[in-house]
Amino acid sequence: MVSLKEMAASPGSWLDGSGPHADKVLSTRVRLARNLRNVAFPLRARREQLSQVLPSVVAAAEKSSSFSELMVLKSAEMSPSDKQFLIERHLVSTDFAEDSQTGALLVGADESMSIMVNEEDHLRIQVLCSGLQLGNAVKLASQIDDELDTSLEYAFSEELGYLTSCPTNVGTGMRASVLIHFPSLVLTKQISKVLQGITQVGLAVRGFYGEGSEIMGNFFQISNQTTLGVDEKEAVMSLEKVTHQIMEYEKKAMDVLMKDARVQIEDKVRRAHGTLQSCRILTSKELISLVSAVRFGISLGMDGLCDIATVNELLILTQPAHIQKLAERELSAAERNEMRAQMVHEKLLSKN
Amino acid sequence: MQCEICGKAPATVHYTEIVNDKMTELHVCEKCAEEKGLHGVSSKSKLSISGPLVWMMDSMTSADEEKVGNVQCPTCGMRYSTFKETARLGCAACYEAFRPQLRPVLRRVHGSTRHCGKSPSKDSAKFARRREIQKLQDELERAVQREEFELAAELRDKIRKLESASGKKKKSSTKS
Repeated sequence: MVSLKEMAASPGSWLDGSGPHADKVLSTRVRLARNLRNVAFPLRARREQLSQVLPSVVAAAEKSSSFSELMVLKSAEMSPSDKQFLIERHLVSTDFAEDSQTGALLVGADESMSIMVNEEDHLRIQVLCSGLQLGNAVKLASQIDDELDTSLEYAFSEELGYLTSCPTNVGTGMRASVLIHFPSLVLTKQISKVLQGITQVGLAVRGFYGEGSEIMGNFFQISNQTTLGVDEKEAVMSLEKVTHQIMEYEKKAMDVLMKDARVQIEDKVRRAHGTLQSCRILTSKELISLVSAVRFGISLGMDGLCDIATVNELLILTQPAHIQKLAERELSAAERNEMRAQMVHEKLLSKN
Repeated sequence: MQCEICGKAPATVHYTEIVNDKMTELHVCEKCAEEKGLHGVSSKSKLSISGPLVWMMDSMTSADEEKVGNVQCPTCGMRYSTFKETARLGCAACYEAFRPQLRPVLRRVHGSTRHCGKSPSKDSAKFARRREIQKLQDELERAVQREEFELAAELRDKIRKLESASGKKKKSSTKS
């Protein structure tokens, strides 16, 4: 069994940059919301009722073939810093972190599969894949779902589908999302038009950490909104189509930038790379912005830069709670900024 | 302009929401924004940022609203008024208890009130069969209307076959 500290040393496998279009699409995520029949929803259920949920889910997960190794992390045994760590790894939501004594996270071997227990719903099955892999992610999530439901009784009605705590999730209970990087559209100031277009076709746009987070580093999370009246395949089809369309717009904007402002772009990328290689103090905000520039450079095919996997690693492993986990004692923000700069420096050196 | 909720203080928080191509705006004062959890990315807000306005949009008189608000779920005891505040239901049975109130809400949010995705693996065969029977019955009606009686007879046989298959399954399964 891996400890959180060991987790902090390397990113989940979904960040290895191996998926399709991994230079533009950081990751694909599919989440299925499920509840057990005969137990009230987490926000309403009594403590004794709710404490039955975790053992049932763990037993079901242990029987399933999708979870070869299973780590069970209980909310009650975690510090706030531990929970922040899991948020940074995109494994739990901020709502989970605010809870409770009955929440838990079940994580599979490489973090690409996990189950959040007793957050807003009894179970939230989560699958994370590298690059753009909606079809695959939906399939994997559905497989886990089928394996679990052989030992669990889900709350389900033929008319309304899977019954969830919030009616915005009822039906398929599925939220599929992609985390994408659009520096060209931001630089050419077309981004608000593009975002408006996205919402007009019934999709939602969020920041790097999902619901309730701000947009930073030119990263955007796009997800479906409708869970009732469409089946799982239809729901991801429009998301897939829109993602491809936006990648095309991004490519066109990139070509324009390279035609009109090549030297300025290359200068920006080289400066960012140089700063990452040699600075002594680095805030997480600055890191995201520098990493965004380097990532841009990689997708432009510039040489002498690190690879996508390294860039992804830098994004995740240098976050505040991650750095804290690796340190032996509680660090101040200034100390973290120093440690961050050093980590980045070492990582970039080792990859050369 | 004045706050749209309390009507007392000037509106300083302007909230715009775009859901499924429909844009709604809400102009409120600081205090009401705080209470309703509309303060930017407050993680303490119980209302999901993705759709709080949906719940506030019922256009009813305050007398009706109170009556509807008092409807209670017999299983978990949640009141509809609590649901409106928190945007969260109490248990699976709430969907049935608040059925008339929820239907228009579901229609507004999803554009539909009928699930057509997957079902639990235990039930999927049963539901698939039911959907097939319904489809054949619709076809049967149309065939009869067009006086295509041979086709109608074929369809009727198909339906009978499916119904008897599910009938056998019904006898052997336990109460679900």
